[in-house]
Amino acid sequence: MYSNDTIAAIATAVGESGIGIIRISGPEAIAITNQVFEPKQDKDLNEVESYTAHYGHIVEEEQVVDEVITLVMKEPKTYTKEDVVEINCHGGTVVLRKILDLILNQGARLAEPGEFTKRAFLNGRIDLAQAEAVADLIQSKTEASMEVALDQLEGGLSDQVNDIRQDLIALLAHLEATIDFPEDEIEDFQSEELGARIDTVQQKIDDLLATSERGKILKEGVEAAIVGRPNVGKSSLLNALVREKRAIVTDIPGTTRDVIEEVINIDGIPVKIIDTAGIRNAENQIEKIGVEKSEEYLTKAELILLVVDISDGITDEDKRLMRDAQNKEVVVIANKLDLEHQLELEKIKEILPEAAIVKTAAIANQGINELEDAIANLVYSGKINAQEETMVSSLRHKKALERAKENVSDVKSTWEQGLPNDFLTIDLRAALEAVNEITGDAVGEDIIDQIFADFCLGK
Amino acid sequence: MKEYDVVVIGAGHAGCEAALASARMGCSTLLLTLNVDHVALMPCNPSIGGPAKGHIVREIDALGGQMGRNIDKSYVNIMMLNTSKGPAVHALRAQADKPTYQSEMIRTLEAEENLDLKQDVVTELLVENQEVTGVKTITGMSYQAPKVVLTTGTSLNGKVIIGDVKYTGGRQGEFAATHLADSLKDAGIELDKFQTATPPRIDQQTVDFSGMRIHPGSEEKLQFSFFQDRAEREQKPCWVTHTNERTKEVIESNIEDSPLSTGIVEGEGPRYCPSIDRKIMRFPEKTSHQVFVEPEGMDTNELYLNGLTTSMPEELQVKIIQSVPGLEEAEIMRPGYAVQYDAIPTYQLNSTMENKRVKGLYTAGQINATSGYEEAAAQGLMAGINAVLSLRDQDPLILKRSDAYIGVLIDDLVNENPKEPYRMLTSRAEYRLLLRQDNADLRLSEIGYDLGLLSDEEYQQVRKKDTAITDTMQYLDNNRITPTKEVRATLKDLNSGGLKKPVSLATILARPELDYQDLNLLVDDLPEVKPEIAEQIEIETKYRGYIEKQMRQVEKFKKMEKKKLPEDIDYSELETLRTEAREKLDKIRPVSLGQASRIPGVSPADISALMIYLETYKQDADDEEEE
Repeated sequence: MYSNDTIAAIATAVGESGIGIIRISGPEAIAITNQVFEPKQDKDLNEVESYTAHYGHIVEEEQVVDEVITLVMKEPKTYTKEDVVEINCHGGTVVLRKILDLILNQGARLAEPGEFTKRAFLNGRIDLAQAEAVADLIQSKTEASMEVALDQLEGGLSDQVNDIRQDLIALLAHLEATIDFPEDEIEDFQSEELGARIDTVQQKIDDLLATSERGKILKEGVEAAIVGRPNVGKSSLLNALVREKRAIVTDIPGTTRDVIEEVINIDGIPVKIIDTAGIRNAENQIEKIGVEKSEEYLTKAELILLVVDISDGITDEDKRLMRDAQNKEVVVIANKLDLEHQLELEKIKEILPEAAIVKTAAIANQGINELEDAIANLVYSGKINAQEETMVSSLRHKKALERAKENVSDVKSTWEQGLPNDFLTIDLRAALEAVNEITGDAVGEDIIDQIFADFCLGK
Repeated sequence: MKEYDVVVIGAGHAGCEAALASARMGCSTLLLTLNVDHVALMPCNPSIGGPAKGHIVREIDALGGQMGRNIDKSYVNIMMLNTSKGPAVHALRAQADKPTYQSEMIRTLEAEENLDLKQDVVTELLVENQEVTGVKTITGMSYQAPKVVLTTGTSLNGKVIIGDVKYTGGRQGEFAATHLADSLKDAGIELDKFQTATPPRIDQQTVDFSGMRIHPGSEEKLQFSFFQDRAEREQKPCWVTHTNERTKEVIESNIEDSPLSTGIVEGEGPRYCPSIDRKIMRFPEKTSHQVFVEPEGMDTNELYLNGLTTSMPEELQVKIIQSVPGLEEAEIMRPGYAVQYDAIPTYQLNSTMENKRVKGLYTAGQINATSGYEEAAAQGLMAGINAVLSLRDQDPLILKRSDAYIGVLIDDLVNENPKEPYRMLTSRAEYRLLLRQDNADLRLSEIGYDLGLLSDEEYQQVRKKDTAITDTMQYLDNNRITPTKEVRATLKDLNSGGLKKPVSLATILARPELDYQDLNLLVDDLPEVKPEIAEQIEIETKYRGYIEKQMRQVEKFKKMEKKKLPEDIDYSELETLRTEAREKLDKIRPVSLGQASRIPGVSPADISALMIYLETYKQDADDEEEE
């Protein structure tokens, strides 16, 4: 049993914005804030109404620490179902830390990561699916994955899963009604209709499961490897993308001997960019290791950023790389736009007809935005949109859906074998239970309520 | 003052089973009824069994109860329903000859050594320190008993309603138990109002059957009891007709006289026996509803109009009935009516059927917010058994959801506090493939025998059956057939597919088109077994995969049942629980985490919180042990 004490933490990401929030939750939240908050108008926070904002200062030994607005929310209608206070202050990291220290000195305990959510969950404020989404939210590094998490929090996933759930309940209710009321005039399912209804549920589960792959991309990011023969400007490109000089850029081929990784944010997608050594038949031992790594990444990475030198034209080595990348998502970067042109883009299209081609002059930061757009387009495939689509991003949900999928396919095979209807209900129920693990519902009376809602039964 | 071990109040289907179980287990038992002529009365429909209910009757039989044996001696029509829908939901149903059903039950009660049957009206439950000591009756008699089983049916504060007429009565033409309700309240027991209703009965001499569909009984010999082989009985058919637009018009134009509009009946009625008024108002697009015309007995002219339940004024009942084809000239013998009565919210009930507030008081049947003769009988049996076990300081008999429909029934009651009279449905039993009506004896008769409710002979019969099944299954697994020309030809004759390599007989029997007897054509030494044994073997081989799947589900369920909740938890102190969950858990006080998870209003989050609590509780207990 966790102790019901008062917890506090900085609720905004450190150092990212001008305004920071400190959240305090627990029975002493208001009293503790009252100790360090001096309202502009003379009032006592203990006595104000719930959901009110109060302007004033945080003070330490009569010294003003920061000018703040304090929000007071009283239990039970709060995120944690406990008393919650949020202090909105101006300060950067230093001021936020200072205020948090003051709060902690008054008897609050520093919240563990996710503890507010844990309380919300334990107090029955949010269900398990929502709690898990918040956990993702806390861990998600970019806005796009945050949107997925938020969508899930607001019930986006619950909506989709509920839709599947309702299908299962309706099927069960019909089958059960004909079993429990054999003499009532309920039309038995025509076999084809039953098969079609099973297929529909199966399809919905498959569709939702398919999003779990995209859920993974957004949360963990995309791995993109920069490949190309030596000295085509891979490192300059990485630098341009990262916008700080990390990789060493020289004119001597083979300077980048090891693999460099950087995570960058492209339109909200975390993209892990791997800069590899130039790929060619290396003799230098150290460089050879780098080259092997490059080839390894060429097979491993989800996205290939293939760099060619626009001033050199297409070499045999370029062609070999292009062929190696044929089965991958590829963006061909025609670099060194600033130099004299040699390259015929048609030659690239012959080998990689689908690939996006972007012209850049990495050294001069030209074409970098276009490159970012091309990457984002590929990842979203022009279809993915976090705001509209629900994604299954928690492993537990995925597992539950996979079980439901298996159960429904067992139902289908029972149906194909032509077994009596009762046997269909066994796996339908199992599927319903799996889905309920996501929504947190119990099976119980739902089916019976549905039976009486749908059919005029009873003599 | 006369002393008994157990006093049973009420001699309906619950009371009879409770009293018989108690007496047969060796306790001196008194059975009190408002009217000895109404023992085991069937005041509503004349049938016993059907989906889930038939399962319950067989379970009662396997435990040593009376209902199955009694209907076998008194049916006028018997059939197996649902035969195309899978073995788990086959449902045996009989129409009773009502007078015979009663007289056979009275005979059984009278023949029971430890049992006294008396007519009297109980006015007071005698309670000392929240523990039962006996009962007092309207004539001033008192009987002492440490255990009392209360089966009041619809009599507790009962009111009969027809149209705008409402009078005190437990059933039409019968007393109500009014003082007893006050006495229960004084003892701290809460009461709720429930209602139910019954259709009019008509004279068969005024019915034209020519346009109706006939439902004859089964030609195959059928019976409920596993134990006493009964002679086949003469059967009478049931008939089916339909309501029409005119019926609808009559009801719609007089809806202001329906209790739906007048609100004269208090309490919630059952959804599965809706009145015809309710059906027509709720499903206006349906212009035709079935009416089953069923005999009330072999030698009576009364017919039961199953499907035309109503408590409208009698003159409207006439109009409704006469709008139906075949019933144009029908004369009512007894009008339909509604009855409202007191029942106890079931959170006051333990899984043993004992009341949580008054020790030694057990309740069963409609007083526990249920409906149905079978549901009542099952509870009566369990209440009687547990009253005796408690008297002897023995462990109670609590059947799990994976043991029996009776287990599902009582578990639902204890956890759900029904808001309408509860009826058993096969869809309530999540492990129903294992809880079949054909294997109730294999599941439960050991318990009946251990309690002393089944004789040696009866139990040996089940043991023999069990052994024969095991042996024959082994034979089928161990013996193979090879795809000889002859075998292939035989299979072809049986409309079965080919055979490529040698397989066990069990594998062959798993083919849907083959039955046990067909194997005789393939092998010479097939063990000869009774049809009920062949049936078990066929189910076990044909549906093995599904049965195993359900058994795995049962294992999972049992794991949660094993996570016990300490008796002394103060839920009001558990602030991690939502308020609703705190209240529900405190009221119901589940014994396990599994049970807690079945209480409506307890969310998965609450269950997680309870799990966390259990972990720390265990740790604390461990720490204390170390100290």
